[in-house]
Amino acid sequence: MELTELGRLISSLTVGEEPTVLGNMVQTRDGLRQLGSVIKDLRKTVLRMIAEAGSGHLGASLSAVDILAVLYFMRMRHKPEAPSWPGRDRLVLSKGHAAPALYAVLAKAGYFPEEELTSLRRLGSRLQGHPDIETPGVDASTGSLGQGLSIAVGMALASKIDGSGCRVYALVGDGELNEGQIWEAALTAVHHGLDNLTVIVDWNGYQLTGRTEDVKSIEPLDEKWKAFGWDTVLADGNDPESILEALNLCDLTTGKPSVVIARTTKGKGVSFMEGNRFSRKAPDPEELRKALSELI
Amino acid sequence: MLKLVQEASQLEHFGRALVALGIVREDLVVLDPDVAASTKTTYFAERFPERFIEIGISEQDMIGVAAGLAASGKTPVACGFAVFVACRAWEQIANSVARPGLNVKIVGTHSGLSPSADGASHQTIGDIVLMRVLPGMRVVVPADAAEAVKALEGVVEASGPAYLRLMRGSTPVVYDEGCDFEIGRANLLREGSDVTIVANGVMVGMALEAAERLARYGVSARVLDMHTVKPLDVSAVGEAARETGAIVTAEEHSVIGGLGGVVAETIVGDSPTPMAMVGVKDRFGGSSRSHKELLASLGLTPDAIVRAVQSTMEKRK
Repeated sequence: MELTELGRLISSLTVGEEPTVLGNMVQTRDGLRQLGSVIKDLRKTVLRMIAEAGSGHLGASLSAVDILAVLYFMRMRHKPEAPSWPGRDRLVLSKGHAAPALYAVLAKAGYFPEEELTSLRRLGSRLQGHPDIETPGVDASTGSLGQGLSIAVGMALASKIDGSGCRVYALVGDGELNEGQIWEAALTAVHHGLDNLTVIVDWNGYQLTGRTEDVKSIEPLDEKWKAFGWDTVLADGNDPESILEALNLCDLTTGKPSVVIARTTKGKGVSFMEGNRFSRKAPDPEELRKALSELI
Repeated sequence: MLKLVQEASQLEHFGRALVALGIVREDLVVLDPDVAASTKTTYFAERFPERFIEIGISEQDMIGVAAGLAASGKTPVACGFAVFVACRAWEQIANSVARPGLNVKIVGTHSGLSPSADGASHQTIGDIVLMRVLPGMRVVVPADAAEAVKALEGVVEASGPAYLRLMRGSTPVVYDEGCDFEIGRANLLREGSDVTIVANGVMVGMALEAAERLARYGVSARVLDMHTVKPLDVSAVGEAARETGAIVTAEEHSVIGGLGGVVAETIVGDSPTPMAMVGVKDRFGGSSRSHKELLASLGLTPDAIVRAVQSTMEKRK
């Protein structure tokens, strides 16, 4: 157990009496080591899902999977056996195209059988190409970029009105920040002092057409969020410990919302998939074999 | 028959009714994009400041926030000018509200041509078609102030997404002796056997006036207040087609895809019947200092309904 005093303090505050999923995965060095191996499996699962489906946003899913795993296995209070438990913390996957990563995490947590994962994008499956609340554990229907943060603001407001203490997370893409509605919602969250809301920007530097700086530059990111009145924390979004510490810090923010600007690598974990090459391309059988062999 | 009150404001009554509902429904939350003084949500804001969310001038954000509130068990009523809520934020309504079937009540005020002086930018001739194309969305267009109150209660009580369309200003009273209201069930306002006028919103009063004139020519016109565009009262429309053999629709909306459209879609399969549509003919409005004058300039008058009835009955011969 090497985690900071701060982390321990937060952990004791947030784990609470309600059982957290994978209760063994507490915020310790051991927990983080276990999580690392879980995440490696999740990456393999995501690769297989998208290969099987024949399409899907592989790069975005691989860049976001560490963040989602930390949230669901070490941070959020939730009950996979009772997906609509009112007291749960919420995640809005505003960058809905990373759905395969979310589905892999939710299945691992126990929301639905892992065998169902290979039904991704198939007719009749509960696992649409982008998230829909018909899937157990999915808190918001997303996929149309820019809309998720507003939904998260509404959830955080409801939590404030009820005094329920629920925390709300929204995972947004950096390319998604081109959408004006994100900045409308950013103003709303600050105006209402939503310190129970944390945004995580999956800052992988790419969007569909190319590098964000070439398509429509959104830098400097942290200064933009700061100017909008948010508390900002920088993190390595592919390092679970860094993500965890950033999220712990966000818990200390009062009177305003917080944002973790998480530097990630699109396609993270498979050397030849990093960058934009597999932005929305499914791996062929040979590429899948090679990719899986890198994740042993 | 002399009416005690000739005109009344839908929004004034809506604003007061919101407060009454807020007293009995603690889950009710009202959102408004910086137009509370105009939509009359100010009454709710004063009474329940903790349940009133001033969203600022950002209708798309408002719809998403309402979706998040509904997903957390609240019953949000998201208000604003119809064109900016229903039309500007259409895709947010589609993806964030209608697709997950969330319990969000969208209220489009200043609809149709009712913001007459403001001009075409603030008028709405396409909100009904945009809302009714969304799966699961209820669409309600009350005729006057009394019906607006009943319609608000109706959409709040019915679980699921709904669009309530209201007018700015004072409009003629239709229901001066109370109003029965059930979502999806047309109100039969006048019995008749030669033709049926199916109307909603401000056109209901004009339909009654047209029916009165037609009676003088010996034409017996049935008048239906089709306050619910979706789900449509298909049995009332079917009966109208079979029993009167001619239908004229009247609406303060484009004739493309609105009430006329849904009635035509309904009768074409089961009871093909000669029909005509009175509405805005594929054009934008403009400024006028009077709502009534603007309606008349676009052909929305009792006279236009009478003429449409006559030509439709001729087609039948």
